[in-house]
Amino acid sequence: MSKKVLVIGEAREGSLRNVSFEAIAAANIVSDGGEVIGVLCGSGDLNEMGKEMVYYGAERVITISNEELKTYTSDGYGQALAEVIEDESPDGIIMGHTAIGKDLTPKLASRLESGLISDATEVVNDGGSIVFTRPIYSGKAFEKKEITDGLVFATIRPNNIPPLTRDESLTGEVTEKTVEITNIRTIIKDIIRKSTDGVDLSEAKVIVAGGRGVKSAEGFEPLTELADVLGGTVGASRGACDAGYCDYSLQIGQTGKVVTPDLYIACGISGAIQHLAGMSNSKVIVAINKDPEANIFNVADYGIVGDLFDVVPKLIEEVKEMKVNA
Amino acid sequence: MNIYVLLKRTFDTEEKIAVNSGRIEDDGAEYIINPYDEYAVEEAINLRDEHGGEVTVVTVGEEESEKQLRTALAMGADKAVLINTEDDLEEGDQFTTVKILEAFFEDREVDIILAGNVAIDEASGQVGPRLAERLNMPYVTTITSIDVDGDTVNIERDVEGDVEKVETTLPLLVTCQQGLNEPRYPSLPGIMKAKKKPLDELEIDDLDLDEDDVEPKTRTMEIFLPPEKQAGKVLEGEIDDQVKELVSLLKTESKVL
Repeated sequence: MSKKVLVIGEAREGSLRNVSFEAIAAANIVSDGGEVIGVLCGSGDLNEMGKEMVYYGAERVITISNEELKTYTSDGYGQALAEVIEDESPDGIIMGHTAIGKDLTPKLASRLESGLISDATEVVNDGGSIVFTRPIYSGKAFEKKEITDGLVFATIRPNNIPPLTRDESLTGEVTEKTVEITNIRTIIKDIIRKSTDGVDLSEAKVIVAGGRGVKSAEGFEPLTELADVLGGTVGASRGACDAGYCDYSLQIGQTGKVVTPDLYIACGISGAIQHLAGMSNSKVIVAINKDPEANIFNVADYGIVGDLFDVVPKLIEEVKEMKVNA
Repeated sequence: MNIYVLLKRTFDTEEKIAVNSGRIEDDGAEYIINPYDEYAVEEAINLRDEHGGEVTVVTVGEEESEKQLRTALAMGADKAVLINTEDDLEEGDQFTTVKILEAFFEDREVDIILAGNVAIDEASGQVGPRLAERLNMPYVTTITSIDVDGDTVNIERDVEGDVEKVETTLPLLVTCQQGLNEPRYPSLPGIMKAKKKPLDELEIDDLDLDEDDVEPKTRTMEIFLPPEKQAGKVLEGEIDDQVKELVSLLKTESKVL
């Protein structure tokens, strides 16, 4: 049965996040030939971003621009989206499983008294019933799940569902809706940017991660440089965070972030089961460790037994050289 | 302050996961307080010590969760409530849990509810924000610091690595992120005292709910294990050559560069 599906888009640093396009592709499966409608909240002119959603497969886009929506708050976005949901009475809603997605979607689902499937890595249409696959126990297992009653509502994990091909010849209406936003109960006083490159771990294509073997905060410098030349970002094991080498926000594992980049380079990480849960579904894993018996080698596609302070600088040079010759 | 903590019993993080007849094998598994809920218990105790009042820890789950509630009492919580659904509910989801908690909180005076930002088993992260919406309370997720001054609350939260400073008011619901605190271990006197602290047990009937009221909105169709990752190639030779080979393999064989 064809469905009308809303996709809640999300911008970071003035441009749409890739996961928003992935959400359009997921919504396209859920809609089963119905309509996919993009929704964008923010401030200023959102028309260009609206068009981007059209190029990636949304049939039309509704934008809500309001100074009160400049930074995300659950109350602000909640009010704006409640009005769109009221207008459109969708059969489904899809959003990225990002910080905003995780914060906002349970509120909307609770208000609508609907189910919500969080963090899906796959969506299929199985003869009209929409089946979501999602990791449980931090990726140690997976479950297939469906909504049994009401709205098909889900968040999708970044980097797992490929977006549709961008096509500038696609056309669709981008309409602006005015919503009055009142009574925001959580006031954002300040945002301190720590993630310098703006790439979040969950969306990064390449992650260079360090463990106890990195030995100090300064020890992360070569890892950061390697991440830079690869266009990736830096992560860490719990061991490195507990030892105070880096911020907990970089932690990957069962507590911490679960990541699925194209390339994961583990440096000086032994590979405790809790860490493996957070990264073993990465597409390609490289392990660099002094200890040939380290557990990390059991999940690595390629391993180098050696001192990371010897190997990583050489790797940086080699990658640079490859880029020059490319 | 009337401080409440939502607590879930989960598998120990050390546990390997096996699937048996379509379910997660739980025979012989070790259980713990969900690690993120542990931060919530610790922070609740600190808030009480600073501002006075009482910490009540609440679990929706099975009989066995009593053990984790006793641990929270041994850490320093004052009271525990187990809403035991073991005999009444075959299946449940986040809608179910929140419906039950909403009924539980309906006629209670609440200043703050603390929860983990996510449970490490089902990992939906929905229960906190869903409950706040039902109780018409503001909420702040993934907090890394909290300071209560009268009715005003100043919070720092982790947003994908950035720090967001938020000002809000009580009553409030927060979900806790790593970095908020270092949860204490229960002391021996704490464990002795915990045995005498009140642990009430309720069933959904006591909350004027029946099975139909809390029927889940989602259904798990299948549980399976990911394909086992095969150990790959450990490179050999001089480090310089290994590095060259690695870059070439990443480029040509796995095509990620």
